[in-house]
Amino acid sequence: MSIATGNKTLGLSPLERRLLNDFQHGLPLVPRPYAAMARRLGVSETEVIATLRRLAERGAVSRVGPVFRPNRAGVSTLAAMAVAPEDLERIAAIVSGFAEVNHNYEREHEYNLWFVVTAPDAAALREVLARIEAATGHALLELPLLEDFHIDLGFELEWT
Amino acid sequence: MDLALPRLSPDTEPLDERDRALVRAVQGGLPLVPRPYAAVAAAAGMSEAEVISRLRRLAERGVIRRLGVVVRHRELGYTANAMVVWDVPDDRVAKLGRCLAAYPFVTLCYRRPRRPPAWPYNLFCMIHGRSREGVLAQVDQLVRECGLDALPRAVLFSRRRFKQRGAWYGGDARDAG
Repeated sequence: MSIATGNKTLGLSPLERRLLNDFQHGLPLVPRPYAAMARRLGVSETEVIATLRRLAERGAVSRVGPVFRPNRAGVSTLAAMAVAPEDLERIAAIVSGFAEVNHNYEREHEYNLWFVVTAPDAAALREVLARIEAATGHALLELPLLEDFHIDLGFELEWT
Repeated sequence: MDLALPRLSPDTEPLDERDRALVRAVQGGLPLVPRPYAAVAAAAGMSEAEVISRLRRLAERGVIRRLGVVVRHRELGYTANAMVVWDVPDDRVAKLGRCLAAYPFVTLCYRRPRRPPAWPYNLFCMIHGRSREGVLAQVDQLVRECGLDALPRAVLFSRRRFKQRGAWYGGDARDAG
């Protein structure tokens, strides 16, 4: 993948770029994982932790931790709603207000609000979907995952 | 240990209570402190060694897909995000899904149910790119190289992001940011 647009390093230092790109999987399962990363990077543990904190504060890092396979640690579904554009912001805020909603995006389509709902089990998921429909006054399309073709290796970031 | 190896036969054995407590303790991410597993251990009511061994076991079982830094694409300049959907005959969906998933710019690739007449599409993939034109060129490449030209499709670029955080598996509802 290589698309030329503007300044792609976004003012990130070489250490920041390596932390973002090289540690999307394989975080060491040892008592001091950031120290193990620091040894690989040739910097101190303190520097790794401070840099990850800074990246989290500027929003480039969502978190450091596990990504669970869908429908294993809990039960989830993708859902979509068709909302009048002038009402979208209000409806989206109601949807985002549910702790069970983790992603919520506007997309270019008649179905213009797309979100992911996760709950501990199938009954809890059904219940929260019903509560979302009641709170918004909108029916939703429930589009659960049936088959996953992707092997998640993280995402290769292109800097140059 | 590489936690991202494909698993040929993922187990479906349910998580036990201690695994569930651990999932709730780590769902918002590991703390950025020198001994993060020890900090998680305190929240999950188990020892640091048990946290580490349970996380390793969950990764081996494929319950944890990867363990590491979770980036936000948009903040890193990947502002063009498209969900591309196709209506693919059921007997071809696995082959075409595997074809799409093999491209490095395809970040997710799933089969989902159709909901006719409102929603006729059953194969979904996600592309994160730095420009709309670039993403559309990648869609053209997929159509050409996977042989999708005769199949109905839609490209749904994202506009506003209202919320993005890790999934929530119950327990303390603090926002993961």
